[in-house]
Amino acid sequence: MKKISQRLQRFTKEDLVRAAAVYAVIVFLLVFLVFPLATLFVKAFQDKDGVFIGLAHFAEYFTSKSMLVSIRNTFVISISSTVISVTLAFFYAYALSRKNVPAKSFFRYVGMIPIFAPTMLLGIALIYLFGNQGILTSLGLEIPLYGKVGIIIAESIYCFPAATTILMVAFSAADNRLYEAAETMGTSALRKIVTITIPNVKYGLINAIFVSFTYSFTDFGAPSVVGGNYNVLATDVYKQVVGQQNFNMGAVVGIILLFPTVLSFIVDWVTNKKQNAAISSKSVPYRIKPHRASDLAATVFCIIIALAMILFFAVALFASLIRLWPYDLTFTLDNYNLAEAGSGNGLAAFRNSVLISLISAFLGTAITFIGAYIIEKTQHRFRISRKIAYFLSITPLAIPGTVVGLSFILFFNASAFDIPFTQYAVLNPLHGIYGTIWIIVFANLIHFYSVPFSTATTALKRLDREFETVSESLSVPFYRTFARVTVPLCFPAICEMWVYFFVNSLVTVSAVVFLYTPTAPITSVMIVSMQGAGQTAPAAAMCMLLLFINLIVRLLYEALRHGLKKREKRLQV
Amino acid sequence: MKKKLILLAMTVIMAMTSLTGCVTTQQEAQSAGADASSEEENVLNVYTALEDEQVTDYLEEFKELHPDVTVNVTRESTGVITSRLLAEKDNPVADVVWGLSATSLLVLKQEGMLEPYAPEGVDRILPQFKDTDETPSWVGIDAWETAWIVNKEVLKSHGIDTVPTSYQDLLDPKYKGLIAMSNPASSGTGLLTVNGILTLYGEEEGWNYLDELDKNVAVYMHSGSQPAKETAAGEYGIGISFGYRCLQSAEEVGSDICEAVFPEEGSGWDMEANALIKKANEKDIAKEFLDWAISDNIMTKYATNYPIVAIGVGDDIPEGYSSNPLDQLIPDIDFNKAAADRESILAEWSERYDAKSAPEE
Repeated sequence: MKKISQRLQRFTKEDLVRAAAVYAVIVFLLVFLVFPLATLFVKAFQDKDGVFIGLAHFAEYFTSKSMLVSIRNTFVISISSTVISVTLAFFYAYALSRKNVPAKSFFRYVGMIPIFAPTMLLGIALIYLFGNQGILTSLGLEIPLYGKVGIIIAESIYCFPAATTILMVAFSAADNRLYEAAETMGTSALRKIVTITIPNVKYGLINAIFVSFTYSFTDFGAPSVVGGNYNVLATDVYKQVVGQQNFNMGAVVGIILLFPTVLSFIVDWVTNKKQNAAISSKSVPYRIKPHRASDLAATVFCIIIALAMILFFAVALFASLIRLWPYDLTFTLDNYNLAEAGSGNGLAAFRNSVLISLISAFLGTAITFIGAYIIEKTQHRFRISRKIAYFLSITPLAIPGTVVGLSFILFFNASAFDIPFTQYAVLNPLHGIYGTIWIIVFANLIHFYSVPFSTATTALKRLDREFETVSESLSVPFYRTFARVTVPLCFPAICEMWVYFFVNSLVTVSAVVFLYTPTAPITSVMIVSMQGAGQTAPAAAMCMLLLFINLIVRLLYEALRHGLKKREKRLQV
Repeated sequence: MKKKLILLAMTVIMAMTSLTGCVTTQQEAQSAGADASSEEENVLNVYTALEDEQVTDYLEEFKELHPDVTVNVTRESTGVITSRLLAEKDNPVADVVWGLSATSLLVLKQEGMLEPYAPEGVDRILPQFKDTDETPSWVGIDAWETAWIVNKEVLKSHGIDTVPTSYQDLLDPKYKGLIAMSNPASSGTGLLTVNGILTLYGEEEGWNYLDELDKNVAVYMHSGSQPAKETAAGEYGIGISFGYRCLQSAEEVGSDICEAVFPEEGSGWDMEANALIKKANEKDIAKEFLDWAISDNIMTKYATNYPIVAIGVGDDIPEGYSSNPLDQLIPDIDFNKAAADRESILAEWSERYDAKSAPEE
């Protein structure tokens, strides 16, 4: 009897912690994701004066020829970019995880470069390369840059790092025993790939496809710079909201942009059922065996990709260092003068950007990892809550920054919400964060929530459920297992997540352009207004500065990772 | 089961307490909202659509006069600033708007967001440059107007050695695919150009003209300065933009490459204007700012960038212009009508030209 009551007590305490964690995650996502979006959704069914008009805006939208063209264009862009970027990323990640390629960390950094810089830099570099006065254009390599082709190139580059990251995590989880067994049975290399490798990374591959699809489906940066007149949904939102101040129509387009979220949730739900842990506690890490021909091919492939990336950013660096392209090619460092940039706000903006990124990185990593853990590793309990939390966690991926920013400004700027048909109103206790750097921090947390969440989920899925089962049977509370086993085992993934939050928060534009405040200027938004004012070279220079900061952060991370690996090896001996 | 019940009860109680703390009457909520926005008197939030480098230059004097005042400047393109102001309508951050297009300010006025205020020296402002109400809701500082920049090198590479000087010239099929123009949906300059053409030719003829022009246009761009900048950089042959930007860009790359052109038929135009934002605690410093923003010193500075200032153009013809720039402006533009029609014009424009990029490529 005593035993039972003891057991009950322990269960209660653990359950309380679990419940608190699950509900904390849900409340966080409700307040910062659902409520702002709900405000936006309400707007889609209202006219300018807040009168309910039903589906009138939607009817208007779907009968408009130009809007339908945008929808078609958006699909063309996102499907092409997804195919290109995921294919390239698949081979790149494969070469780096499973083949003997020299200087792997070098290739890894280089493949990551695009996420270290604001998307405006992609546009600037593309124009310098392929524009009507572009370097490659003058060499006779002419492509119709402005429009479909330009957007697809830019989006493919933009999605490449995210797809690579996800696939590398997936590839790095392999059980060498399977390959050994296959070898013993004399299985051919191709067969090994088809029957072991691909099924093994299936989950990562699907993730990568959805991340790329939704990135290119919702990206605003690239189409705005090289899109020309090729309209896509994300630029439509911009035109509706910024050009015509039509928040209601913008909300309608925003809702249509949520299409991939729904789709990805369905696919994820279907594949998730069949997902098994690829790695059990008995697994043996994959050992790369030398194979001359394929190693050489992998190396050549990596070199080509790396060269393309380097060319791209070398051109941007060049753009930031010359006075006036293409007429005055003298070198200058003037463009880097922070004190002069952005109406004299350059230094303050730079400080704020770094501060916001640091806060977002620490908070974001903690919240997404705990969230992923609770959702992934809780068995038999809180099923519905976890489903809800999971759905909410992957939703931000498909929400374009513009929509995040727009919904934030509409939600947090309101000091109270009227309850319909009564004289009562609900005060908005979070109204206070409006106009501070915190609203930018929270926008970043939501905007970038899903990829670190997926990284964490992928890493956690690879951990055998036995860890939990064993700790449970040994009466160790789950949070102790979490702190002592899960976190250390996932530490590389956690660092990866931290870096992801940091670099993206530093370079993001679309969400924060609506939220940045005069008291807290930030560099990425400053770049947009500089480019808008035609100061292309200083804008390129500011992009490069952010790129450098991000590279330094990444290098520190790599050094840390290297140190950890060494320690691990020592411990293993 | 018991455990679950306790959890449920706790959640409900927590939810109740947090809710009751938040519920109030709609009236109280409104007054609370007003309280929340109270700030220090020596902080001034300025929203502006002036160019970056101009803001730094202009503000110098104000900062010298009021060293204890912190001026927070939010600079964005016309469309972005306007939509921000509209979004913040219920709880405005801005104290004053400085140098935003009159068409946008008229939209704000129609939304009831502006507090009428007659700044010191408002009598000097020419009548067509300020609100017609007795106490004006907005006061203009300068005007900007349609112009284009021609990159002669680019045209030459297409075998063209003429420079288009009129709207009609732009319709010549030889310029097909060489013209960049700003998109009126996002750019104030684009809108004033379209308004100018609709005023000049009348509604029906105007749209016919734009249809014809559309055949030659390679791209409609998001901002007003972009067409000029990118044409100067050789991306396009002709960039339809505004006077100041065209003159600047042409000067930057040299007159042998680029030339600024003011259309023979006259230019569409709009004003950059100032206004006081209506809020619970309008600050004295905001009014002082508006007084300063039309003072003689600053007008002289405005004039170095935009020669057409609201107190009139002196006797000297500004550099780069061949005649008095006031004569260049299409005289009978109705800004109230432009603001009221803004939405329908943009809708019509989008319907006609946004789908242009469609299948053939």
